[in-house]
Formats: sequence, C-alpha cells, structure tokens
Amino acid sequence: MDNRVAVFRKEHFNAAHRLHNPSWDAATNEKVFGKCNLPHYHGHNYELIVKVTGVPDPETGYVMDMKVLSDIIRDVVLERFDHKNLNEDTVEFKHLNPTAENIAVVIYGLLRPAIDAALELKITLYETPRNFVEYPA
Amino acid sequence: MVYLTRVEHFNAAHKLFNPAWSKEKNDEVFGRCANEHWHGHNFELFVTVKGNPDPDTGFIVDAKLLSRIIKDSVIEKLDHRNLNLDVDFMQGKMCSIENLVVGIWQELKPLLPATVTLHCIKLVETPRIYVEYFG
Repeated sequence: MDNRVAVFRKEHFNAAHRLHNPSWDAATNEKVFGKCNLPHYHGHNYELIVKVTGVPDPETGYVMDMKVLSDIIRDVVLERFDHKNLNEDTVEFKHLNPTAENIAVVIYGLLRPAIDAALELKITLYETPRNFVEYPA
Repeated sequence: MVYLTRVEHFNAAHKLFNPAWSKEKNDEVFGRCANEHWHGHNFELFVTVKGNPDPDTGFIVDAKLLSRIIKDSVIEKLDHRNLNLDVDFMQGKMCSIENLVVGIWQELKPLLPATVTLHCIKLVETPRIYVEYFG
C-alpha cells in the first residue's frame, strides 16, 4: 500500500505581463500572441497551488509543516512576483516569455531547492479562472 | 420589475499613483499598487439592469444584445489594456476600481435599450475585493 499523502497550499499574486518574442517582427508577434502582445502590458490574478507529496513523518504526522511551506512560497515566489511587471521587474523573465507555462516552470525551479528532496513537488498555476497549467506534467 | 445580470470579464494592467505626490508618498499610501511598472488583475464585471418582461419575448432585454453592448463599448476598451495609459475614459483620473466602475457606468448607460434601466455595476478586482455602483 502506498502510504504517501499529498498536501496543498494555495497562494495568489497579481502581476502585469505581455507575451512577446523579441526575435520576431511586430506583425508575427501580433499574429501569434494577439491581445497578449499589446505594448502597455495587461495583467492577471494568478492563483498558485503547490502540491507536496510524501510519507507523513511518524513523529509529527506531517508530510511537511504547512506554515513552513507557506513561508517558503511567500519568501521565494510572492515577494518576487506580487504586484510586479513580470517582463520588466524580474530577472527570471528578462529573456524568457512569461507565459503561464514558463511561470510554472520557473516557480518549480525556485521552490524545489527549498523543499526536502524526498518530497515530490507539483505546481498548478491559474492565469485566469479558465486557463491553468501544471508542472511537472 | 425583474433584475437581470450579465457577467463579462477582462484582464488588464494598472497602477495606483498620484502624479501630484512624491514617490515616497505614493509608496506610503498605495504600497505595492504604486509599483511604477504596473501590475494587473483578472477583472469580473457584473452589469445588472432592471425592467418588466416583454409579453411577446418574456425578456426584459435580450441577454445576447446586452452582452454585445457591454463588449463593444467597454470590454473592447479595457481587455488586455493598460488602464492608466490606454483607456480614454480613465485619462486624468486615478485608476482605482472605484473610479473605474463609475467610468464604466457612464460609458454604458447611454447605450442601453430604452426597455431597461441600469441598476448596478459590480466590478471584482480580486476574489477578495470588489465594488458596486448604483448611479
């Protein structure tokens, strides 16, 4: 029997971004990214779900202390991205298109070193109530 | 009298920043919302009209028509835009949701069919913050 349990922490951040590939001309960017390419940015309420899976510790009963997980997400992700312009204000997206896919991969990369390697980590990121991504797939 | 609400949505960038104030004062009053490079939201817009059902259609207004009016007059101007820079009816105003909901009301009211009265506009900025305006 698999005795692993998944625990989840939900957080949110509000940020501006635009989708743009600097190696393409304006017409191609507009054709591929549509309104998301508009020059003055737009924004989203991002909802972040962090899933941590592992065997509950026999002494605490925890897979992971949720307060600790919450503090890590706040320090590593929310401080970086909340009320920021992802293209302009963050080093992570200076040269990387801030699609929901790339944001989820970046968040995984930021959180992974801060969480016990024995625990499995999965990121779900809602860009809008109707568009969301998951990493690792 | 029946109330009908149409829900639309738009995604936009903005910042709260009073150009008459110093950067320090803006930071003090508006905090992170004053970030000079903008931030953004998924806005939800609830437009409530009231009227009496037409005996032939049973409608107070064709909801599809109401949706088209909202989309053509307001959503088209706001969606995927920068509210401070790109929106004609927000020029010269502080870009709070309070001011935005009043601006949307003023844009929308003259365009509605005579069969209905605009009752309320509710604008949701985050799942935890929204405003309502009744004119």
